[in-house]
Amino acid sequence: MLEKIEEIKSEALKQLDGIDNVRDLESWRVHYLGKKSPLTGILRGLATLSIEERKAVGAAANKVKTLLEDSAGQKGQSLREAQLTSEAAREAIDISLPGRPYPVGHLHPITQTIDEMCEIFASMGFQVIEGPDIEWDYYNFEALNFPAEHPSRDSMSTFWVDTSEGISRSLLRTHTTSVTARTLENMEPPIRAIEPGKVYRYEATDATHLSTFHHIDGIAVDRGITMADLKGTLYEFARRFFGVDRKVRFRVDYFPFVEPGVEMAIYCIVCQGSGCRLCNNSGWLEILGAGMTHPEVLQRGGIDPEVYTSFAFGLGIERPHMLRYGVDDIRLYFNNDLRFLRQF
Amino acid sequence: MKVPLNWLKDYVDVTLPPAELAERLTMAGFEAEEIQTIGGSWDNIIIGQITAVNPHPNADRLSLATVDLGTRQETVVCGAPNLNVGDKIAFAPVGARLINPHSDELEELKAAKIRGVISSGMICSEKELGISESHEGIMVLSAEAATGTPLSDYMGDTVFDLDITPNRPDCLSVVGIAREAAALSGQTPHIPEISYEETDSPIDEQISIEIIDPDLCPRYCASLITDVKIVESPAWMQERLIAAGQRPINNIVDTTNYVMLEYGQPLHSFDYDRIRGKKIIVRRAAEGENFITLDEAERELTRNMLVIADGEGTVAIAGVMGGVNSEVTGNTTSILLEAASFNAASIHYTSHHLSLTSEASMRFERGISAGLTIPALKHATQLIAELGGGKVAKGIIDVYPGRQEPGPILLTPDEVKRILGIECSLQQIVDTLTSLGFECQVGGSQIQVTTPYWRSDIKQAVDLIEEVARIIGYDKIPTTMLGEPLPRQNPAPVLRLNKNIRQSLVGYGFQEVITYSLTSLQMLSNLVPDPRPPEPMPLRVVKPMTADQEYLRPNLRVNLLAALAANRRHEEEGIRLFELGKVYLPRENDLPAEPEALCGIMSGTRVEKSWLGGNGLFDFYDARGIVEGLLQHLGVTANLEKSSDEGLHPTKQAAIVAEDNGLKVKLGVIGELHPKVADAFEIAEPVCLFEISVPALLPFATGHRMFLSIPRFPSTIRDLALVIDADISHRRVLDIIQSFPLVSEVLLFDVYSGKQVAAGKKSLAYRLVYQSPTRTLTDEEVNRVQEQILKRLTGELGATLRA
Repeated sequence: MLEKIEEIKSEALKQLDGIDNVRDLESWRVHYLGKKSPLTGILRGLATLSIEERKAVGAAANKVKTLLEDSAGQKGQSLREAQLTSEAAREAIDISLPGRPYPVGHLHPITQTIDEMCEIFASMGFQVIEGPDIEWDYYNFEALNFPAEHPSRDSMSTFWVDTSEGISRSLLRTHTTSVTARTLENMEPPIRAIEPGKVYRYEATDATHLSTFHHIDGIAVDRGITMADLKGTLYEFARRFFGVDRKVRFRVDYFPFVEPGVEMAIYCIVCQGSGCRLCNNSGWLEILGAGMTHPEVLQRGGIDPEVYTSFAFGLGIERPHMLRYGVDDIRLYFNNDLRFLRQF
Repeated sequence: MKVPLNWLKDYVDVTLPPAELAERLTMAGFEAEEIQTIGGSWDNIIIGQITAVNPHPNADRLSLATVDLGTRQETVVCGAPNLNVGDKIAFAPVGARLINPHSDELEELKAAKIRGVISSGMICSEKELGISESHEGIMVLSAEAATGTPLSDYMGDTVFDLDITPNRPDCLSVVGIAREAAALSGQTPHIPEISYEETDSPIDEQISIEIIDPDLCPRYCASLITDVKIVESPAWMQERLIAAGQRPINNIVDTTNYVMLEYGQPLHSFDYDRIRGKKIIVRRAAEGENFITLDEAERELTRNMLVIADGEGTVAIAGVMGGVNSEVTGNTTSILLEAASFNAASIHYTSHHLSLTSEASMRFERGISAGLTIPALKHATQLIAELGGGKVAKGIIDVYPGRQEPGPILLTPDEVKRILGIECSLQQIVDTLTSLGFECQVGGSQIQVTTPYWRSDIKQAVDLIEEVARIIGYDKIPTTMLGEPLPRQNPAPVLRLNKNIRQSLVGYGFQEVITYSLTSLQMLSNLVPDPRPPEPMPLRVVKPMTADQEYLRPNLRVNLLAALAANRRHEEEGIRLFELGKVYLPRENDLPAEPEALCGIMSGTRVEKSWLGGNGLFDFYDARGIVEGLLQHLGVTANLEKSSDEGLHPTKQAAIVAEDNGLKVKLGVIGELHPKVADAFEIAEPVCLFEISVPALLPFATGHRMFLSIPRFPSTIRDLALVIDADISHRRVLDIIQSFPLVSEVLLFDVYSGKQVAAGKKSLAYRLVYQSPTRTLTDEEVNRVQEQILKRLTGELGATLRA
């Protein structure tokens, strides 16, 4: 009997060795390990044997059964691997073919820039506030210390709007500082607000001038705010927006709604300060106007200038973006040519 | 404002190199836009004197001029008409660099033989030296110019072109800048005292002055100079005027210009003999009055404008321009000189309404101080007397109804610190302000500051604080970050919603655009199939720049369609654009409403052309799919209903409607563009569009929602294929199926009409998901509900099971 078992074993292993596909392996399994296989027959017939024989034959048959099962398992694995290898070779693809096209959308570069600026100021506690594009003369000029018939208005040629109220009262805002005038009226200190939006000027169009563009204004009001805070806040903005190594300078400038008035410039992005056409040979690029909010402006907003101090600032959105990416024509931002927009 | 350095040096010792001075002025608020060097290229040009002029032997129009250069004599061939023996001139030897008047390029002078005579150099015109455009003759220098010295020593200069902010009209002057330069470099300015001889005949016996409208003319001063000869002004004055960008005319005009540039106070000279009635009346113009100004243009004046009149009528538009009827001419012998102060707003109004700006109006409209009148008048009087050989009538007339004596301003170091954030000592503040001409009186910790007469811009303590900061330098102020408390932040649901909308659509492959707020009536009219202006009429700007930017957009689609059409000219693939922005809707008695709107458009091929295939044009269901996805992302449930947007395809459009407590709220519209509208915008393919109102959407997008637990019991799936009349909508089938509570989901997976079904019928195939939140459903239960559903569909809609 033990010989028979040994015979089954060697025959089965020999057969198994020659198998090269899963189907044959399955028949082999049925033949040698199935219900009707000789080995199963031997194990079933154990009861007819003597106890000693039963022990010896049973042990030998079970050992062979385990061996055959393991070998079949190994064979199965190696067959699967061989199959995968050949399939992989057969299904090889040309990875250089282009991918299936999925549409790619972009935010407008102005939206991206506004988001980035707002994010920087938000981290310093400023919240975003919006105001109307069509504005009363009061909020755009009067409340901000621009008297009627004053030359300070001349740099902001105005589109007047033909409303039922008559034509000299409402206009397309020339700066988002109008939102600052409203913020001062609507909010109680402490205030930190940032105000992005479209602005309009009655200006002939060329590569650097457009009658519509975007501004962002900011205002901070509290007890104890000083010009040092103004410098710190704007310097932080410049570091984060234009790069930590970019040189920044603050010089005296005039805006009716601030006193002292400040202009912030950065070292020229093209010539790094040595002078070029972009910076008009000055080495500096004017980025932003700012200052300590004029006491009269605070007062008109219902804030006591004896108690509170405040700084305000404003800058264009297009220009910083143009400087950063070397865009040479502001009109591109409103032409909406996909060949431009897709680059950002 | 062009400030020649040599002129500036009259009033301040300039110790700094020009570039450094320009830098300090820039930092202190006077931006040096350009530093121009006069004579930078005059390396070996020297001053000579013409000693002889002889005719050229071979040319009628040329002369041979002998020039004495001190150490040697040279002979030059010259064609200029103004060669006079004895004149001092600029001589350029061979090798000098001159501007070629024909090419405007700097070129080296070569030795030349002209018509057989060797010319050893050139006598230069102003143009060749780069001083002015004048090339009619040679430049004649004043007699004092020293023969043999370099021209650059004599008239080389540096000119700063400074940008003067509107608050500092006092610095539209050389003296004003000198005061600043002095304060910025630790010098003391020296402004000369003016004196001159007067005759015995008093001015007020020869002219009377009356101010009728003192609100527009706070001060009017005048002097009278008789026996004046009108001649060219001296070379030094001409050179300074040219360097400052003015054209010399005669001794009178040049003097008024010179003193205006010197002090910042405009002056006007009248021909005294042409002043009728020997009186000056300052009054408002008559409405509709016509007047011919010095530029020989006829101007129509209004009651809001101030004029200077004599006994019979207007002789000048106050502060803007004089008239031809009182103009100084070559025959003038007596000059009535005016130095006045006019209301700034009035001058601004007049100048802008007449479209007439002058150096004078530009200064007056900025509000120059009334205190400048007398010093300027005196200097001009002295100069006219000196340069025109005139006699000055005794005294000056000074009518000053608008006299104001503002009291001192109180300033403390604490207040300076409160604004600037730096400690400044009392002494430091006093020193700084004193350097600018302020008078400071210290009492305890307070400073009483009196503003100098020329500073019209100083009104309160903060103005003085700016002066301190300006002179100390902004770079001395430290940088600190804002401290506590952090202001309370308000929730910003609209900003959040807008951000979510933008991000969703970008995720779907849309390109955001930003278009102009302004558009044209024609474009708006083209938004309906039979073009007509929109109702109500949109808002209009009063003076549009161009016809295509005249009306404020009442919708976004108008500019978006234009953007699509423009891109279509170079774009072959499908285009997905959206804009999220304001539209402007007129309101009675108020500013317009500015609700934000979303508009998306899709046009062209759905999938980019690719080796992987995939094709077809965008249609209604693409737009609907995007809107459904967007709304789902925002947590908004909405249905589509029939709509009637004229601009959209009549049968391919729907309103987006949400329900709020049983009340229907229209959020927007989806549809294909009406083909005629597409034609009008020159778009050749179907355009799918959606518009959503942000204010309408907001309450639904921010409404409170509760979590639904994930089902714990298994679901059962059944398909249901129906044949139904072709005109019955999917919606009606869906409503019946969804009325059974055990049906948790319904998916329409096939719509078919064609050979397989009878004519007038269509087949709809649904997958129904049955699920109970409380138990596992049995097959029998599901079958029973499915039968009930079919029974209702058959009974109510005539549906049959598809065989």
